[in-house]
Amino acid sequence: MMKFALFLGCNIPARVQQYDMSARAVLDMLNVDLVDIREFNCCGYPMRNSDFEAFVLFSARNLALAERKGLDMVTLCKCCFGSLKKADHLMKEDTSLRDKINSLLAKEGLSYGGSIEVKHFLSVLHKDIGISALKEKITGGFKDLKIATHYGCHALRPSDITQFDNPTAPVLFDQLVEVTGAKSIDWPLKLECCGAPLLGINDDLSMDLTQKKMVDGKQSGADYLCVACPYCQLQFDTVQDMMISIRGTDHKLPSILFPQLLGLVMGIEGKALGIDMNQIDISGIEAFLS
Amino acid sequence: MFYDVSLYISLSIFGLGLIYKISTWFVRSIGINSNDINTSTRVLAAIKGVFGSILSAKIFTLIRVFIVDVLFQARILKEDYLRWVMHMFIFWGFMLLLLMHAMDSIITEPLFSEYASTLNPFMFLRDLFGLLVIIGIGIAICRRFILKVPRLNTNAMDHYAIIILAIIMLSGVFLEGLKITSFTKYQEMVEEYAGIDDEDELRALESLWVAKFDVVSPNVKGPFDEEILEQGKELHEMGCASCHSLPIWAFTGYAVAKITKPFALGLDRANIHNLFWYIHFLACFFGLAYLPFSKMFHIFASPVSLLVNSVADRGRSAPANIATIQVMELDACTHCGTCSLRCSVAVALNKIDNINILPSEKMVFLKAYASKKDLDDEGLKAIQEGIYLCTNCDRCTVVCPSGINLRDLWFSVREEFIREGPSVPLVLSPFSFYRGLNRQDLDPDYYKKPLDEAQRVIAEKCELMNKPDKVVPLTPINKEFKNRIDISSQSNTYSYCFSCENCTTVCPVVENYENPQDALGLLPHQIMRSVGLGLTDLSIGSNMLWNCLTCYQCQEHCPQGVKVTDIFYELKNLAINETHAA
Repeated sequence: MMKFALFLGCNIPARVQQYDMSARAVLDMLNVDLVDIREFNCCGYPMRNSDFEAFVLFSARNLALAERKGLDMVTLCKCCFGSLKKADHLMKEDTSLRDKINSLLAKEGLSYGGSIEVKHFLSVLHKDIGISALKEKITGGFKDLKIATHYGCHALRPSDITQFDNPTAPVLFDQLVEVTGAKSIDWPLKLECCGAPLLGINDDLSMDLTQKKMVDGKQSGADYLCVACPYCQLQFDTVQDMMISIRGTDHKLPSILFPQLLGLVMGIEGKALGIDMNQIDISGIEAFLS
Repeated sequence: MFYDVSLYISLSIFGLGLIYKISTWFVRSIGINSNDINTSTRVLAAIKGVFGSILSAKIFTLIRVFIVDVLFQARILKEDYLRWVMHMFIFWGFMLLLLMHAMDSIITEPLFSEYASTLNPFMFLRDLFGLLVIIGIGIAICRRFILKVPRLNTNAMDHYAIIILAIIMLSGVFLEGLKITSFTKYQEMVEEYAGIDDEDELRALESLWVAKFDVVSPNVKGPFDEEILEQGKELHEMGCASCHSLPIWAFTGYAVAKITKPFALGLDRANIHNLFWYIHFLACFFGLAYLPFSKMFHIFASPVSLLVNSVADRGRSAPANIATIQVMELDACTHCGTCSLRCSVAVALNKIDNINILPSEKMVFLKAYASKKDLDDEGLKAIQEGIYLCTNCDRCTVVCPSGINLRDLWFSVREEFIREGPSVPLVLSPFSFYRGLNRQDLDPDYYKKPLDEAQRVIAEKCELMNKPDKVVPLTPINKEFKNRIDISSQSNTYSYCFSCENCTTVCPVVENYENPQDALGLLPHQIMRSVGLGLTDLSIGSNMLWNCLTCYQCQEHCPQGVKVTDIFYELKNLAINETHAA
């Protein structure tokens, strides 16, 4: 049985609880054991603009906590993933930085030795569990459902650090989406940013980018967007909803979290996947189940 | 007389203090919710809210919360078993002592006709409750000073609460112990209740009390004749037994009696038990009078917070009530440190020396601020940073044993502090995400102000950004600046840049603007070249930095391996340090 420390980050427990619920439900059916470490803190992503060392300290503390339990980490958030991977890399490669950070961690009796691996939820599904094992658990399937798969920047890039998939022609997420019977469509802006990193800093720009993606997805024939990151989800769900009143644009391209999509074809109840917890109604997706 | 006067003085201070403190809930304001709502509106809204809740189905929620969270304190239990034991012992021990012992003439006597403070079960129970409180205080001291629970800060108010409780309890135990051995006390009692004049009889009774009740007498000493004890016992049963159980049942005082027995006569002559009597009741009265002004006021405010927050929320409750609740919540905080222990960003304190990062310490600050409202620039900067360095993960709200809605309190107070005073560089970070998500709850006139201000301060200090026509000498290169771009080993990759402009071409932000240079200043490849040329102002002064998505397209597509996005991060660090340092 596979066992991971589950790293939720800050957004999911507060604002995207359906991601937590659905990911746990899916991983439970796949016999993946998740350990919650209550002492985990923010990954450090929001600190990167103002204090590089504080960012590494934040991430390294989480890495050290997981290492103390002897567990690899799985994250649901791509920004957490990117930050933890970056810090993990720095702690392994940059010895003077490592010493400095470990001396700060020593105040709490912690230190990071670089012995664990950080994985994203999608990589666990694709690489550790595998497409064929996934297929065995699938009881139903979608028919005629077109999904615009959104990869998320901080998992894909910088690829030398994240090592998630081919950064210019990734297939991992498309293959996972297609396991459900849905079609993962080609769309030009597939690998572009959702806009979330600038929300609250430059809302106009942030929403411009979100809007472009939604227009592109819609034009390319998508019924739903599919994401695996709370920032992307909040942007495509809460912010898309907000844009109706702020910009008067209604793209009617709801976003579904990947474990919700997968859970539905594994026969998990919509309620247990938090289908009704998204801001924009996605209950219509169940009509595509064959 | 002195006792009565001090009792009534402390009771009146307590009563007036209570009225004053509760009135501040309706008068003071904190955050952006309360500024233009007057007191009478707030009082009326509160009355309406209270009756509206009591007379609706919400009453069942309130009853459940009162039993589970106020009486049983389940929120503390969920957090930490030891702390729950500590608080339950202190709370229940003290409450029962207050009702059964301190207010015995009002409560215990009318309820039990045979009541006497020196008779079981009352005597035993008093000591039992006292012991619970003492164990609770012991755990509290242990947690704060010996175990050193992480991120649990102890301030003057916490010291005071522990000290006053400890004085009350220990003086009570010593008073009881010294009264057991006191010969003077024994004589007073005999004169008042025994009704014996005969010398032999008095001697017999005294012998019994020395032998069985641990009185230390200057006249008689054991061992005693069985006959005399037998006679004493008869007299005892006539005059004393209906009010006295054996002192061993008052086990805490009994322990003190046993320890002090060798010096009992001297202590009695010096009237030390009387001294403890004064210490005991004066400490109680002082504690009572000071209660509304101390952290002990949470005895009232925390249940109010738990109850009110179980039925109120920012979306649906009247704004006047939210304003009142947020002031009340400052009093409900017990400085227990649970929020800081669970805080997602508290680890920052290991690197950034600003105690206001901890939510529990922000509450201490806000308490003081709400009553005075004056603040110097240093203090304002510290609280701005402390209050903005927050990911809004809600953990503090979820775990708060007093049920304080910290999420909404932070949201409201954060606005108050970033609108005024010096610019806050942290607004230019993803910490602003939550603010963006909730922008529709904010005044649109003020929404962009802190963002514009932070960018303006940075650009203003970068002279070259404001003088595009200025001729710049490129030699000698500003080595000093280049040396500062060495936060990490990746940062010097800028020197590989040969200006192919790939980074700028793939940038979705640049692509979004018709005239990108108007909106963004320098573009990514230009910034890389500026760093190479050692031009500080051009490197850190562009809006481009603050409009970078960090999507890493530029870095991924650089044929030369320049870590463009990572260098941007480091330039942002530098920009904030260079322009916002004191």
